[in-house]
Amino acid sequence: MLTRLANPLRFMAFSRWAGPLFSAAAAVLIAAGLWFGFSAPPDYQQGETVRIMFVHVPAAWVALTAYAALGGASFVSLVFRHALADIAARAVAPIGAIFTLMALVTGSFWGRPMWGAWWVWGDARLVSMLVLFLLFVGYLALRASIEDETKAARAAEILAIVGLINLPVIKFSVEWWNTLHQGESLLRKGGPLVASVYLTPLFLMGGGYMAIFAALWLARTRAEVWRRRALTLRDRGAA
Amino acid sequence: MRAVFAFARREIALAWNSGGPVLGVGFFTAMTVMFPLSLGSSPAALAPVAPGVAWVGLILSSLLSLDRMFERDMESGALDFLALGRTPLELVGLVKCLAHWLTCGVPLSLAAPIASIALGGAPSSAIMLIVCGLVGSLAFALVGGTGAALAISSRRGGVLVALVVLPLLTPPVIFGGAAIERVVGGAPWGAALALLCAYAAAALAGSPFAIAAACRNSLS
Repeated sequence: MLTRLANPLRFMAFSRWAGPLFSAAAAVLIAAGLWFGFSAPPDYQQGETVRIMFVHVPAAWVALTAYAALGGASFVSLVFRHALADIAARAVAPIGAIFTLMALVTGSFWGRPMWGAWWVWGDARLVSMLVLFLLFVGYLALRASIEDETKAARAAEILAIVGLINLPVIKFSVEWWNTLHQGESLLRKGGPLVASVYLTPLFLMGGGYMAIFAALWLARTRAEVWRRRALTLRDRGAA
Repeated sequence: MRAVFAFARREIALAWNSGGPVLGVGFFTAMTVMFPLSLGSSPAALAPVAPGVAWVGLILSSLLSLDRMFERDMESGALDFLALGRTPLELVGLVKCLAHWLTCGVPLSLAAPIASIALGGAPSSAIMLIVCGLVGSLAFALVGGTGAALAISSRRGGVLVALVVLPLLTPPVIFGGAAIERVVGGAPWGAALALLCAYAAAALAGSPFAIAAACRNSLS
């Protein structure tokens, strides 16, 4: 499947109908998720704020998926020198950064009423998401600051792979650090079990977020393919 | 092997003469002075954060001169000759990182406990600051060298290297900070120090390959 799509022509033919299909699926899933999310009863501990979970948690899922996709595409591009993999890596980075930022912002909106603070350093997930955001920013900054596009692509690929190797270590270290400070924090997330009234909208939103992520990724990849074609045509015209 | 030693001597001499230790330790001192000026001079405010401040200062100061690590050889064309030579680029990168560590990380590690004690930190943390500084700055030099090699072709230099490298340095910063904090608090510190050493060892094994790949890319 993936090797078939590695051909740019076949990819363009596929993404032409797959992109709108994912967009439609995202619209349906997110609409249903929002419906179930707002019709669910307020939580006995968290009250209405529990609904933030439906826009927050899927954003975090997408953010992690996006970094895995970035690392994977970079690896394929570096090892097999495949142009489309590089285009896909370039396309996915800003989307990942935006979803990570979204997870952070919605998380802090949830934290304000629940923890009484916009930001709590005692929560390992918050801190590791922030580091993930910085990794995306570093990738984008490195890529943007090198003028030669081929060199920028290679350097960014190496950085993405180094980051992917480091990500589990960072996650471990932040969690390890967090247990160190756990004593002083009385702040724990609400009920330990998630009731099924909340699980349905959560998974619907999760599916919707993944679909919109796929649609955006395909659209950006397509745009980048068109941009490179235009550049080639221009260079040919100039020669 | 003789070529490697000659190259190492050249690197250390270059890093030393271009102001490596003076720049690093000077910045470190200036930064330490800024803390009482901004937090207030009362020992009650400064003493608890003193070892942590010294640790943060060490990290930031060791990132200072990283951007020149490969750039100078790139501009002069020396990097092309190093790539053509028989010494593998992996070894060249490793030697450069070790030279940076010797001329920047080691002096900073010796300065760190002085800064901590000057701010009123517990003298019991001095030995641990030196040990964590030596091990930690080795990891910073190696991961930082990777960042510097990646940024060779860019026009941004210093800030870019710091931005790329700092998120990757989260684990050693946490492990070293925890080891120092535990010594001050009288808690067992073995696990934290062992994790810091493990990170440095992994960086020692892995980063030469990333550095060499990045150098080849910018020379292509």
